Amino acid sequence: MTAPPSPAARPFLGLTVERRYRLVYKPVVFLASLAPLAWMVCGLFGWFGCSDGVDPVKFLELRCGKTALNFIMLTLLVTPVREIARLPHLVRLRRMLGLFAFFYVLLHFTVYAVLDLDLNWRMVGADIVKRPYITVGFSALVLLIPLAVTSTNGMMRRLGKRWRRLHRLIYLIAALGVWHFYWEEKIDERTPLQYAAVLALLLGYRLARTQRVRVRIAALLRPLRSRLERRKVLACDAQRPP
Amino acid sequence: MAPRIMPSEITAPDVYCDRRAFLAGALATSAAAALGRASAAVLPAPAGAPLAYTDDAAESVAALVHAPDQNETPNTWHQITHYNNYYEFGTRKTDPARYAGRLQTRPWSVTVDGEARRTGTFALEDFLKPYALEERIYRFRCVEAWSMVIPWVGIPLATMLKRFEPTSRAKYVAFESLYRPSQMRGQRVPILQWPYREGLRIDEAMNPLAFMVVGLYGRVLPNQNGAPLRLIVPWKYGFKGIKAIVRITFTETQPPTTWNQARPDYYGFYANVNPDVPTPGWSQRTEVRIGNPFFHQRQATLMFNGYGAEVAYLYKGMNLRKYF
Repeated sequence: MTAPPSPAARPFLGLTVERRYRLVYKPVVFLASLAPLAWMVCGLFGWFGCSDGVDPVKFLELRCGKTALNFIMLTLLVTPVREIARLPHLVRLRRMLGLFAFFYVLLHFTVYAVLDLDLNWRMVGADIVKRPYITVGFSALVLLIPLAVTSTNGMMRRLGKRWRRLHRLIYLIAALGVWHFYWEEKIDERTPLQYAAVLALLLGYRLARTQRVRVRIAALLRPLRSRLERRKVLACDAQRPP
Repeated sequence: MAPRIMPSEITAPDVYCDRRAFLAGALATSAAAALGRASAAVLPAPAGAPLAYTDDAAESVAALVHAPDQNETPNTWHQITHYNNYYEFGTRKTDPARYAGRLQTRPWSVTVDGEARRTGTFALEDFLKPYALEERIYRFRCVEAWSMVIPWVGIPLATMLKRFEPTSRAKYVAFESLYRPSQMRGQRVPILQWPYREGLRIDEAMNPLAFMVVGLYGRVLPNQNGAPLRLIVPWKYGFKGIKAIVRITFTETQPPTTWNQARPDYYGFYANVNPDVPTPGWSQRTEVRIGNPFFHQRQATLMFNGYGAEVAYLYKGMNLRKYF
């Protein structure tokens, strides 16, 4: 039995899939992932006509937070894309995207603690305890630590089946991140709601894919379908001359 | 992207500090010079044009920004005009600078109604003519916990309001902004209830610090800062400072105010700067002074934004946690 060849299996630049990822795709994604940081740094120093605006600290804080959320969404996008577009090798990029998400979350927290609050740890502590949206955001950061630590090949091997279970935490982390963004917004919640919609799609895809849910959806649709069919039959009967 | 402001376009501190000479020169060539020191408040049309005003009053109120251990240098023109909360033009801080240029501020009229003997609708030029302009350097504290120091040009609110002879039933004064979604793109989104409304208790409005602003740094107020007419109440959070005013109404009962209606748990009617009463989402104990160096962004927030000596009597015996 031969499956249809996946697009990734076709030759490209005369390189094997393995080398293609190592020599081309991974370095490109790595550099692209640094672009948001480069943009922020350029703005900070006014290079190339970039600007971080009148309140650069707030700008950096929000920019890092949003970039972190974007990377979390990208890691969650890998599975649907590789299944729908039949690109199984895409999973090789997922670790890097996840680690960049962690990097920007750390940067977000660092800017907040060091630049926004002038490294006043009492204020940072009070915020985490007293302000629910910061509690939520900080929980997401803490939960990301075990995922980053266990991202190495060695750890994957050592944890075996438990690795997959542990890394399902990303669903919770993503939800906490969007929630943190939503709660932080003073009044204009349009952007956080857009993120929530994207997350709902990404998680909904996974839910719809599981066998149990598929069966349940089919079961839910069955009476509806039979009713529709019955109505069609009745309509035909009505049209038939007596 | 909005064009970047060249350093040469920002008012240099030496030019600014020498503004008496600059203004003297401007006055000498203008008809306003004939009016002497108290030049009439007639606005030249384009935003950013030099204003004729006396800054003798500035001497007496300049002390208002002095607080020990605080950075009280006025913010630059660029900072004041490119970091604005003015949701009529969008919710990002950079939106007003980008989109406010589309607003036509001439012709403009202001309606005065309610509990006053002299009411009516006035063309802006007639509305402002009777008053002398003065400059005041005030601290500006946003409810989002950032602040600036801003040299406004305007008219004391009390002077302005008294001309309309409010009756004894005028317990409050309400203000209303322009509603013109065709030129104010933010109003096409129902984020807040448009038009924007604000209000003050009449004794607050009559306090000498309350100020009706028409200019900034000796120039006609730019649109993104609330042209042609905006309120500044320096001991209250910035959102009390309603912009683009078209109506002033004297009322017997407390008028509804926009942010208070939107989130009553966050934004009160009084909205006095108060480090002891946090907004549910964040602390008000400290503030980021825009322009402060890195690692020293924050400074302590002062009760009534540091104007307690002038305004604390208004709230004697009031529970400021309840009436926040």
